[in-house]
Amino acid sequence: MKKELGIFVLLIVLCIIVSAINPNFLLAINLQNLARQIGAFGIFSIGLGLVIITGGIELSVGSMMALLGVLLSMMLTEWKLGVVIAVLACMGLAMLLSLGHGLLITRLNMQPFIVTLCGLLFYRGLARFITKDETKGFGTVAGLDFLRFLANGNLLGIPMPFVLLIIISAITWVALHRSVYGRYLFATGRNPEAARYAGINTKQIVTLTYVISGALTAISGIIFAFYTNSVSPANHGNAYELYGIAAAVLGGCSLRGGEGSVVGILIGTALLQVLRNLVNLLGIPSSLDFAVMGAVILIGVMADQIFTERRNRRQVAVMRETTAR
Amino acid sequence: MTASTPILEMEGVSKRFPGVVALDQVSLTVGTGEIVALIGENGAGKSTLMKILGGAISRDAGTVKIDGRPVEIRSPREASALGIEFIHQELSVLDNLDVAANIFLHREPTTGGWLKLIDRKRVYREADELLRKTGLDLPSRTPLGQLSLAQQQLVEIARALGTGARIIIMDEPTSSLTLTETRRLLEIVKDLRAQNVSVIYISHRMHEVEEIADRAVVLRDGKNAGEIAGGEITHERMVRMMVGRDLKEFFKGPRGNGTVKANEGFEVRRLRTLRYPQHRISFNVGKGEVLGFAGLVGAGRSEVARAIFGVEEAIESEVALNGQTLHIDDPQDAITHGIYLVPEDRRLNGLIVDFNVRENISLPNLDSYSSAKIINRAKEAKAALDACKAINIKTPTPEMRAANLSGGNQQKVVLAKWLTFSPRVLIFDEPTRGIDVGAKAEIYELIRKLAAEGVSVIVISSEMEEVLGLSDRIAVMHEGRLTGILERAQFSEEAVMRLATGTDT
Repeated sequence: MKKELGIFVLLIVLCIIVSAINPNFLLAINLQNLARQIGAFGIFSIGLGLVIITGGIELSVGSMMALLGVLLSMMLTEWKLGVVIAVLACMGLAMLLSLGHGLLITRLNMQPFIVTLCGLLFYRGLARFITKDETKGFGTVAGLDFLRFLANGNLLGIPMPFVLLIIISAITWVALHRSVYGRYLFATGRNPEAARYAGINTKQIVTLTYVISGALTAISGIIFAFYTNSVSPANHGNAYELYGIAAAVLGGCSLRGGEGSVVGILIGTALLQVLRNLVNLLGIPSSLDFAVMGAVILIGVMADQIFTERRNRRQVAVMRETTAR
Repeated sequence: MTASTPILEMEGVSKRFPGVVALDQVSLTVGTGEIVALIGENGAGKSTLMKILGGAISRDAGTVKIDGRPVEIRSPREASALGIEFIHQELSVLDNLDVAANIFLHREPTTGGWLKLIDRKRVYREADELLRKTGLDLPSRTPLGQLSLAQQQLVEIARALGTGARIIIMDEPTSSLTLTETRRLLEIVKDLRAQNVSVIYISHRMHEVEEIADRAVVLRDGKNAGEIAGGEITHERMVRMMVGRDLKEFFKGPRGNGTVKANEGFEVRRLRTLRYPQHRISFNVGKGEVLGFAGLVGAGRSEVARAIFGVEEAIESEVALNGQTLHIDDPQDAITHGIYLVPEDRRLNGLIVDFNVRENISLPNLDSYSSAKIINRAKEAKAALDACKAINIKTPTPEMRAANLSGGNQQKVVLAKWLTFSPRVLIFDEPTRGIDVGAKAEIYELIRKLAAEGVSVIVISSEMEEVLGLSDRIAVMHEGRLTGILERAQFSEEAVMRLATGTDT
């Protein structure tokens, strides 16, 4: 928990600074909007975080969302499929594609970066091809109220994506930090060889994690599609995987694997969205958007690295004292 | 043979690692053109002392003098500048380059001025020259990956020769060599002496030390245990000094009767490993028996162990427990049948060093501490604490990171993992590598106790004393082939070495 504390303090300090300079930050409408963004980005970021804990990476998130978005639109508006079927098809497709990633990575020993980079290119291209590069929307099709509510509605004033994020986080938290699956995941990510020698089916654990990530990407994807209400196959979800990776890394996930926490990923996501909001509110040219984020992530990760090393040194010192006796 | 001013004097050198005092006030003097054997058990501090001399690690206290002048050696490069070359136990060659590139790594002769192009002609000519000196008969353009382990070892020696070193440290140089190759290496060492090069020779092979050393310096538990002058070096004297007590005391535990009954215990038939597919390995281990596995490094013993445990695919194998044939595809299968492996590389395969002791111990057996896949922390912590007490794992708390434990305690954690089950077959691969003498005795005791409880135990070990002292029978391997199984009455160092070097057939 110590690890998350540092970044949490950073988040709070940032919020205080922004609200001091521009009190509009604290307006209900701004906070609601912020929470909605955090919800939508947080859901797939948790999936990506899990993948990162396996020691892998998932780069195809944004493209997959574009593909799912245009397919959802086509299923509902052009093929006139039922809402339930369309949603299930989206989820199923995302999980199937991710299963493919997982199998290529674990069975053929391909590198996650390469497999998912190909996914990134392939799904984007596919999305553009099947739509002939035309933007897809949902028009006035009836029966989509619930999906629209998921993306744009509020529950007791709290945006639905945020509510969903909380529910999903709670489930993932138990799975990651309290269940056998989570322990296996950390073991596999940290030292796959030792995990195998302990009898853990590491291939299964890794594959399962990609599938979970796919499912969470699909949920986020559906929310984004209805949030923007139109899906441009060339731009929708562009670089979203980078937001997810940044959130996970900021939140203490190590790209070496075997490290990270749900709370950390949540705080990381929140921090990124506050940064985007800050650029807006403080009148910083929006072209500097990415530069600000890059700088803050770098500082955050740097600080964390320094703290970790100090802590390790302290533990070694304690051990020395106990053995010196 | 010692010149008036020793080329090297190390005095009062101390080094502490987390959890263990590796060196305590150790001294070592080497004369010009002298061959000093540095001997001691695994974990006695030989490698640590040499790493300090080689600049790989820093010392906590003490002085190092070269030619009578105090020096600070902060990196392998500085060691090299002082004329100290280190031939490592673990090969430190790059198998993606050719032999010549390895020999000249980081001191490539250049041409073309500031362009710093490698002078390829010179590299290959001089590399060929050095290879001839070591008796390695192949062109230096050969990719290193194509060489055998022994040949790679010779390349390292050629590299050290090429630097014009004055002190060459050889850490177990013959551990992977056959008899012929060993003979050639010993000749090279003698040649070096004739050229006034000093050699610090670390070896477990007592007869090599007897043959070439001008002096033997013995370390025990990180301290100087004594010195033996050239003419007086004998096997018995060295061992007594190394162990510090009579060997028999070390291995006094109960022994099995060594008889193997049909349909009882563990049996392996016609096992073919991926590395040595041309050989079929068959053997059995009785219930309560300790079967030692001896052989040179790379003889294929670990491959056999990994194939049995299912962590490495076997081309063909048949494994039976108490007469019943088992199907083992992966470690999960082995674990289900009560077959466990304590692997050779603790830090890589045995443990997750960033996990704490509790998490390491519970890892393979998590399901029994959880309901509906949710881990019951209290149950898990209690099991870990019990395990720590049962086999005396020295850690302030089970919440300590495994990385901070000493080698011996880490090994006990690996073992504790499996003792939370009830083992039927336990395979130990080099169980006491890098462990201090005290912990070693405890591990031996545990192994004997497990055997007494009816576990079939396999102990792979490259330490002669260990194999001879611990086993009821000894299986010996040479280059992937099982060259023989020795009964107790046939036990002797010579008998094992003959089979291990393949000279008997």
